[in-house]
Amino acid sequence: MKVIKIDKAQFADGYKALQKVYKLFGPVKEKAFYNFKELVDGRQADLSFQNTRLSPKSIVFPQSEDMFTYTLDEASKDANQLKPVPEKNESRAVIGIRPCDAKAISLVRMNFDTQEYKDPYWLNLFNATTFVGLACDSPCQSCFCTTAGCGPYHEDGLDILLSDQTDHFLAKELTDKGAKLMKAAGWKTKATAGLEDKKKTAESKITAKISTDNLSGADTLALYNANFWEDASFACINCGTCTFVCPTCWCFDIQDEVHAKNGKRMRNWDSCMFPIFTVHTTGHNPRETKLHRVRQRFMHKLKYFVDKYEKGIMCVGCGRCVSQCPVNIDIRKISELMNKQASKNICAVQK
Amino acid sequence: MDNPYLPYSVRIDEIITESEDRSLKTFKFVFLNSEDEARFAYQAGQFAELSIAGKGEIPIGIASSPVEKGFIKFTVNKAGVVTSHLHNMKTGDIMGVRGPLGNCYPWEKLEGKNVLIVGGGFAFTTLRSSIIYMLDSANRPKFKDITVVYGARTPGMLLYKDELIEWEKRDDINVHITVDGTDDPSWKYNVGFVPPITEQKAPQGNEDSYAIVCGPPIMIKFTQPVLEKLGYDHNHIILSLENRMKCGIGMCGRCNIGRELVCKDGPVFSLSEVNQTPREY
Repeated sequence: MKVIKIDKAQFADGYKALQKVYKLFGPVKEKAFYNFKELVDGRQADLSFQNTRLSPKSIVFPQSEDMFTYTLDEASKDANQLKPVPEKNESRAVIGIRPCDAKAISLVRMNFDTQEYKDPYWLNLFNATTFVGLACDSPCQSCFCTTAGCGPYHEDGLDILLSDQTDHFLAKELTDKGAKLMKAAGWKTKATAGLEDKKKTAESKITAKISTDNLSGADTLALYNANFWEDASFACINCGTCTFVCPTCWCFDIQDEVHAKNGKRMRNWDSCMFPIFTVHTTGHNPRETKLHRVRQRFMHKLKYFVDKYEKGIMCVGCGRCVSQCPVNIDIRKISELMNKQASKNICAVQK
Repeated sequence: MDNPYLPYSVRIDEIITESEDRSLKTFKFVFLNSEDEARFAYQAGQFAELSIAGKGEIPIGIASSPVEKGFIKFTVNKAGVVTSHLHNMKTGDIMGVRGPLGNCYPWEKLEGKNVLIVGGGFAFTTLRSSIIYMLDSANRPKFKDITVVYGARTPGMLLYKDELIEWEKRDDINVHITVDGTDDPSWKYNVGFVPPITEQKAPQGNEDSYAIVCGPPIMIKFTQPVLEKLGYDHNHIILSLENRMKCGIGMCGRCNIGRELVCKDGPVFSLSEVNQTPREY
């Protein structure tokens, strides 16, 4: 695996070259917050950010996405028949995605890229995108990636990993896709140093932890029926912020929208925090109370997903839900409650 | 890449009003492109998304049977936006069908066994598909005794009345029809809820018998102890569940009961499988 040195002075030229080949996305500051945006008109990614307010999941999974169009005009021979929207497969690259968010995309892939069904919308955007990661040297207080199966220099889901070395970047090429982008940018100076030293320092800065070690062996129903859920969900106002900012939340709704005779079927982000998410037409709702819904969110991330895929938890420790929840519900505290409960069940089974 | 969200275009070929209150209609569809019929190859117990441009989609069990060719049938209760619109559509109208989706009844396990079918209300659709499949002359020898207990609120709410009368006459299937109540003095079948009628009429269960149960939650709840009493093992009690769905292919995230997705891992589960989930249905 090659490591390339990019002087910061060379970065702007590389950008220009890349913008000819790729549609670029990167973090930019708007008002008080950073978010990932398409970089148009020579705009550069601002790599001095700590983390973005929203995750970059919308780059492969837009908040609202057209799936089909149709006409309701009975005079047309295609009336009422759905036509897929044209595939989006122009080359795209995201510059400066954090390793946690990149790993999140590779977790979400397990949902959209299955043996039985492939989601063409998600996969077309994913396959067309090159992920250029930026390692985290100054994590937020709410970050807990190192205990969430990830880390500030984690490479899963990335094509290139950049490390900021003050006057230059070190770029580790991780895939062929990454090598192609480096070539297009004209960055080719071989580096003599590696990323290892800074990686260790960065990892040691992350002190917050999530406890999950007992969860995979635990009894699902004992966890589900544990008595802490009422207290844990008491403050929740079901605003859905946690699912909105979460890089691993993928739930969506499908809706039809019609203007005059022209219609489209689209999908929009949805949230398990909303009562309507599961309500039947009869009015019956299997997840009627906020206790049900809060429990669903944490059980899905920390237990159902763990059991279904055996690839760890569905959380990468980005800390967004922790820092943005208006009532301070903290996945690290919930995981500790779950993990403690799970250890009781394991002991009970062993006895 | 195949697009699993793209429905096959179909034409409404026939609409049959099934119930006296007109809330249940059966729609017979013909594929606009004849090759789509082969792509839609299905088994009894599966469902599909009925798709109406401008309105949306609705998951409905397939009421036609794999042994019936040239069309597919769905019986639809008028309830929400899509189904209300569908009830107002006419023969000849164009819409979409997406599927088949989900798993089917466990036909490999059911072969060589006695099969008890317990159905209530308009959940009888995939059970009708199953009965037609088992009674097909090529398939009937594969199964031992077939018993059906089917109930509705009133005689006028029973689905597929002509077929019920025909099955009644056959000697290779035992049919027990019941209604919750009726003031029709000429009613010659059972009166009573499905669980007690099952207790009276259904054969004892053993390792050679399976029960398939499909109906409203209250019926399932009270049928379960009856089947246990009759000796049916939890592995041999087969349920078909439903939940709110959108994608139907395991991606949109709402229909799960624990780690199982009703749309993709189900809708058919054994009672012992359901017992291991949080039963959020």
